[in-house]
Amino acid sequence: MLGRTLREVSAALKQGQITPTELCQKCLSLIKKTKFLNAYITVSEEVALKQAEESEKRYKNGQSLGDLDGIPIAVKDNFSTSGIETTCASNMLKGYIPPYNATVVQKLLDQGALLMGKTNLDEFAMGSGSTDGVFGPVKNPWSYSKQYREKRKQNPHSKNEDSDWLITGGSSGGSAAAVSAFTCYAALGSDTGGSTRNPAAHCGLVGFKPSYGLVSRHGLIPLVNSMDVPGILTRCVDDAAIVLGALAGPDPRDSTTVHDPINKPFMLPSLADVSKLCIGIPKEYLVPELSSEVQSLWSKAADLFESEGAKVIEVSLPHTSYSIVCYHVLCTSEVASNMARFDGLQYGHRCDIDVSTEAMYAATRREGFNDVVRGRILSGNYFLLKENYENYFVKAQKVRRLIANDFVNVFNSGVDVLLTPTTLSEAVPYLEFIKEDNRTRSSQDDIFTQAVNMAGLPAVSIPVALSNQGLPIGLQFIGRAFCDQQLLTVAKWFEKQVMHVLCKKGEKEKHYKRKKITCHLTIHKSEGPVVSSHSMT
Amino acid sequence: MHFRNYASQGASRHSEAESPDQDSGVTMAAPMLRWGCRGRRWAFARVDGGSCHRRGAPTGSTSNRIRGQSSVAQQPLHTAQKPRKGEHKWAAVVGLEIHAQISSNSKLFSGSQVRFSAPPNSLVSFFDASLPGTLPVLNRRCVEAAVMTGLALNCHINKKSLFDRKHYFYADLPAGYQITQQRLPIAVNGSLIYGVCAGKKQSQVIPKMVRIKQIQLEQDSGKSLHDDLRSQTLIDLNRAGVGLLEVVLEPDMSCGEEAATAVRELQLILQALGTSQANMAEGQLRVDANISVHHPGEPLGVRTEVKNLNSIRFLAKAIDYEIQRQINELENGGEILNETRSFHQKLGCTMSMRDKEGKQDYRFMPEPNLPPLVLYDATSLPAGADPQQVINIDQIRETLPELPSVTREKLVQQYGMLLEHSFTLLNEVGLLEFFQNVIKETRAEPKKVTSWVLNTFLGYLKQQNLAVSESPVTPSALAELLDLLDSRTISSSAAKQVFKELWKREGKTPGQIVSEKQLELMQDQGALEQLCHSVMEAHPQVVMDVKKGNPRAVNKLIGLVRKATQSRADPVMIKEILEKKMSL
Repeated sequence: MLGRTLREVSAALKQGQITPTELCQKCLSLIKKTKFLNAYITVSEEVALKQAEESEKRYKNGQSLGDLDGIPIAVKDNFSTSGIETTCASNMLKGYIPPYNATVVQKLLDQGALLMGKTNLDEFAMGSGSTDGVFGPVKNPWSYSKQYREKRKQNPHSKNEDSDWLITGGSSGGSAAAVSAFTCYAALGSDTGGSTRNPAAHCGLVGFKPSYGLVSRHGLIPLVNSMDVPGILTRCVDDAAIVLGALAGPDPRDSTTVHDPINKPFMLPSLADVSKLCIGIPKEYLVPELSSEVQSLWSKAADLFESEGAKVIEVSLPHTSYSIVCYHVLCTSEVASNMARFDGLQYGHRCDIDVSTEAMYAATRREGFNDVVRGRILSGNYFLLKENYENYFVKAQKVRRLIANDFVNVFNSGVDVLLTPTTLSEAVPYLEFIKEDNRTRSSQDDIFTQAVNMAGLPAVSIPVALSNQGLPIGLQFIGRAFCDQQLLTVAKWFEKQVMHVLCKKGEKEKHYKRKKITCHLTIHKSEGPVVSSHSMT
Repeated sequence: MHFRNYASQGASRHSEAESPDQDSGVTMAAPMLRWGCRGRRWAFARVDGGSCHRRGAPTGSTSNRIRGQSSVAQQPLHTAQKPRKGEHKWAAVVGLEIHAQISSNSKLFSGSQVRFSAPPNSLVSFFDASLPGTLPVLNRRCVEAAVMTGLALNCHINKKSLFDRKHYFYADLPAGYQITQQRLPIAVNGSLIYGVCAGKKQSQVIPKMVRIKQIQLEQDSGKSLHDDLRSQTLIDLNRAGVGLLEVVLEPDMSCGEEAATAVRELQLILQALGTSQANMAEGQLRVDANISVHHPGEPLGVRTEVKNLNSIRFLAKAIDYEIQRQINELENGGEILNETRSFHQKLGCTMSMRDKEGKQDYRFMPEPNLPPLVLYDATSLPAGADPQQVINIDQIRETLPELPSVTREKLVQQYGMLLEHSFTLLNEVGLLEFFQNVIKETRAEPKKVTSWVLNTFLGYLKQQNLAVSESPVTPSALAELLDLLDSRTISSSAAKQVFKELWKREGKTPGQIVSEKQLELMQDQGALEQLCHSVMEAHPQVVMDVKKGNPRAVNKLIGLVRKATQSRADPVMIKEILEKKMSL
């Protein structure tokens, strides 16, 4: 049951094959078993069981609230949850219990979803590995998959198994691990430069970043207000569409949400024919650092579209290379501003020093933030200084406009969807990852995902295949602003083809088999039927 | 958080600081320091000749007053009088930054209520306390108030304006930044016309203009109360996030009185519009002054900013003090620092605010959570736009109420009063309404009403330091009194007597007082003739004098008759009878 998709388990609930409480308990027990993954910061067991009980009543009375009623979900710990500690994986907010729910959380609860807990992340979502939070790194469930373990054994240089685990990517690594380890059916992440899509790719999940303005940010503790969006992590595209359907829409509490009516609910048609589609392949995304495996899958995917009749063309996004440095300036500037409220006065951590208000501020912020956050605050404040503002911030804004225009031009030329890699390679081992500092890692890992946030476009990462190492690899589709439904429809078609076509045509057929994606957890041996029941197999 | 005592203490602090005559007319005003005006002659010789020259020289009495109050002030004033030779060579330049709290039900970006003197921290939303994840939502009413104020001040309303964050760390600024409009404010390039009194009796009003640089929407901060005894700071966030209009007045003023008069006019406009209650005692109107002095024709001097000006009277005082301090400093070879100074009300002087040492860099940044504020007019209004979602400038223009300048003009035209009288009527809170109510109920001539309201009534109020609302005499009572006067039932001296009685608050009507005290004029022609006859007979010598052509003698007779009537006879009538009798 746990390995099913959201839609399947929803059907099972409706048919009474399982009750919400049973489902909730199964998930809770799996959360306990997989505690070593460090996916959750807080497990809201009592809340979840109570919600399950209420859901059960509704099902009994035939008053189900819909597809999400009784479905266990997890929420990244940078979304405000009423009565449940919300830490952003920072000392600064340890013990902070918000008095209100983020709009997206409230919407999920209103639909009857069960909140299993709050998931781990990089401190204040600043990172691309989910390794830099105060509660320690998140471990990628794929580190413990049969395939990966076997591959590692074949390698004579492989070290001690315990230290050999892989990162999830980030910063929504906890959410990715939670869904990937079957402890819930969907999770909320946040996506500022790729923080949802990157861990989705590394954990073999669908990671969806909606158009900026489609989903409310109210209650999402901000990283970069002008780029943040709540992200959705699920096992398949249809599930992402169900969750998006519950979340999308204007929010009077977020002035940046758009009021134009958008097709709801997000029912995705099954595309039979792609011959009218035009797929763009941005040439600037072919970078030397791209692993040959990812590159080869990328071109196979393009071939697939072409062979099915779609028009596939090379396009240019000429300002892509400026994206990283531009993002650095804009991100740190907003961070410097957004973090100013954490002064120890109203909430969160406060140091013991009371010599003066200023001394209290300084010590509180020193103790409360890690090096990454402090570093970004310092650079951000530097860029915002009167003498630097024009040279850095204003220039970065102009470059941002150019980057956004690149996309506009490409879409205006008739391209429907762009196809790109999500990450340079598969997930790397933690010990490998921490050889570089957070800033270097973030700028490397975000190169395919970041520009999308600059432009506010929808994008989705879809698992495509397993690497030679037996690890998932994802590809990214980027759509026109507010054409989220079209984007997901294409992604759904592709997802289906990956199962049927790539598996058959692929050279390394056995590695592509999606079946294996769902049976990676050795601890799932006991749950045998779960694996075979996966719809995508 | 324990913020218990703040609100009450803060309130009492305010009221203590604020003199009850905060609304007292500047035109009627108590003597103020005027030295700063001197330089103005160079720039506007004709206009200022009257107002400033007359009071130009620092009078002994004024400076003595200050000296008596403050040893700090003594030094500069002492030296100020020495260089008599060069005293006319300085010109002062004064600009103002005025913060007016918008009169609205809820705050600028949150739904919390706006109310003065509520229990501490009782009007605080999650956003006001800057809880992480909360976002600003712009209050439509505040935008309309800004547009309305901009229109009333002849501003250009920007169809598109932007919000910015201004960063600084302070305990009563929970987010660590204030949302304001630094780059592109909602209104720009306006003007404010105000009248400065001039002439021998201060009875002539000279119109002056100050340019308005911009009006911007911004958030108010909370309040801090420093408890030095226990070395702790108490914070009240009730005010945090209340909408403010920052009105920036260009440095077109040259002395405390001009600044004070301009502020008073702005206050009246805001109150007429209803966009702000603009009560300085409650902090709804706060003024910072930028002040510098220079020699006319030379570049402007280094300016200081003076804060803590929380009444119009202190505003004028502080500016004039600061102007003179700068002149003294420069004449003694010192230099003016670009600094923030605070006005000390008890000492009557400005002092450097040491805690603001070091240049602040506010690290301005666009507010990413608020899209550009777009306004429409009749031509740009998109078809089918939801009226709840758009703001139409033209529509607001149509609803603008009558502005004080128009009200004054009407008073002058309708009642034939002098312009300066119309200023006085508007400057006193409630006086215009009182006047209009009297007019409504009385048959007396408007000129008579004006005179009684402005001289007798206002005189009594001033003497006892009362507001119009505290007056023991109601408009109806005064109207009745004036009717009695108008119908010649009583003489005008009797009327004064009745008024004095009314002021005692004994609950009697003018009619009752008149009959109790037998103040009616003698209406009986025969009796009066009889009296006149007796008086003439008793004073033959005076009658002789009259007949010899001594005009004073008539008055003596009239006086004698009046005395005999216990002042109840109309002197005009007496005169008529006497003249008739003597010419016979």
